[in-house]
Amino acid sequence: MSTITARMPSAHKPSRLGERILACFTWAMIIYTMLPIVVMVVFSFNFAPGGRIALNWQHFTLANYGDAFAIQDLTGALQHSLEVAIGSALISAILGTPLALALARHKFWGKTATDIVIFADIAAPAVVVGASLLSLFLALNLPRGLLTILIAHVAFNLAFAVVVIRARVSGLDRALDRAAADLGATPWVAFWTVTFPLILPGIVGACMLCFMLSIDDLIITTFVAGQTLTFPLWVYGAVKVGIPPQVFVLSTFIFAGGVVLAVINSAIAHRKSAA
Amino acid sequence: MRQARGFLAPYLLSLPSWVYLLAFFLIPLASMLGMALAVGDPISGYTMSDNYQEVIGAFTGYESSFVRSFWYGTASTVITLAISYPVAYWIAFYAGRHKSTYLFIIMLPFFVSFVIRVLAWEFILSDQGFLLGPLKALGVLPESFRILSTKWAVIGGLVYNSFAYYVLPLYVVLEKIDRRLVRAANDLYAAPATAFIKIILPLSAPGIFAGFLLVFVTNVGDYVNAALLGGPGTYMVGNVIQDAFFQSQDYPLAASLSSILMLMLMIAILLYSKAFGTDAIQEYAA
Repeated sequence: MSTITARMPSAHKPSRLGERILACFTWAMIIYTMLPIVVMVVFSFNFAPGGRIALNWQHFTLANYGDAFAIQDLTGALQHSLEVAIGSALISAILGTPLALALARHKFWGKTATDIVIFADIAAPAVVVGASLLSLFLALNLPRGLLTILIAHVAFNLAFAVVVIRARVSGLDRALDRAAADLGATPWVAFWTVTFPLILPGIVGACMLCFMLSIDDLIITTFVAGQTLTFPLWVYGAVKVGIPPQVFVLSTFIFAGGVVLAVINSAIAHRKSAA
Repeated sequence: MRQARGFLAPYLLSLPSWVYLLAFFLIPLASMLGMALAVGDPISGYTMSDNYQEVIGAFTGYESSFVRSFWYGTASTVITLAISYPVAYWIAFYAGRHKSTYLFIIMLPFFVSFVIRVLAWEFILSDQGFLLGPLKALGVLPESFRILSTKWAVIGGLVYNSFAYYVLPLYVVLEKIDRRLVRAANDLYAAPATAFIKIILPLSAPGIFAGFLLVFVTNVGDYVNAALLGGPGTYMVGNVIQDAFFQSQDYPLAASLSSILMLMLMIAILLYSKAFGTDAIQEYAA
């Protein structure tokens, strides 16, 4: 084995040393990536004098977890975040799936424009999207609250949903739904019995991405929230007066929940593709 | 009949999304461009001005924060590219069957709120925190040493938050490169560095530019890193827009600044789609 590699060095194994350095670098970056998360989880177990997170390690305690939901405003804000995240993920998937089908399967007038709009929606700076939506809501005299937050979140999630679902549709064999059509299925029936089950993992993936983006968003929400607070808004507002340990505890919950869901989703997707 | 329906299908399918995006993305953007040209205040109403003086005034009045945003955006994007390219390269070429596991690890920060991630860095880097505190106590660092509220803290925060966003498009392009091309270069006696510069780098260009666009635009418009990690001297355009909306309620100013940001983005997108086509643009975006 080693003699073969020595005789025929492929460029992708330029040198063992180079590969080692790259591997070390990658691991260093993984540690860098994980550092704030580890700090968050570890310090959620730190004793918090005066109900504020201490900058240095005090002693281990589970008290923060016992009081996880003790701050009513914060729990309420988290609840708002979850409602908006679930709502915007579902609406984005429902609106985005047809567009993803159109983009992946049809050539039509305006396709290029659609591509550019979708990309612009993804790339647009959050301050710009937030500011322009607030201008709209002010002009319409629409009171700011959960509804405007939901509208705004769908507005930025929709593009992500389209891209993710489109990727899944593009990977499908068109012969399957054509066969259904040949066998007399209407497009509607063919969609629900053939296409939909096949692209479902993509739709679920899109929903999860939208959920995470929504629960994460601070900048756009700041503009459209009015007096309503979401979890990131509450935390941002609390920075000046000091962060209670519950913030780290609830974030740890969100983190753990997200990871578990993602692992389950990928396990199911893997088993399906293996079968 | 069936023909007609087939012809109409893509339009019917894209109608709901188009209506939504028109109502809550394109029209607000357009009306904001209009607002940028308006003069007045929220109480007495707005009248349209017929020139771009307001926009130009907004630009010159906040030139320093624009220049600063531009530099922070550029510096953080270049640094992010420099650190994410090797990582994407290693995962695409050497991670074998663990590729998706590594990608998943790189994505883990997405499961923690953006504001919490920035907050955690504020925590880590704070003057008397668990990192700098002991180093100062030991005399390794002078007592006055600080990272927070310097521009490096802001740039560092921007880099951290864009890392995964850049690894993904790079990974997508690198993963697609036909390994036979590289082997061929090798057979023709190209040094590994030559093969990299002449084959891998040009083939990964779409990913490099797509990532650059996404990360640069996001970072130029960001204000949270500057607000939490920076100080008064690190004010960015995003902070000015935010203040214009919530403190001084100077909507035309906020709209002008936003329009300038959006204009920069649109120019970048046009250049990109000219160079690589519009199909590619989305592929690397997610």
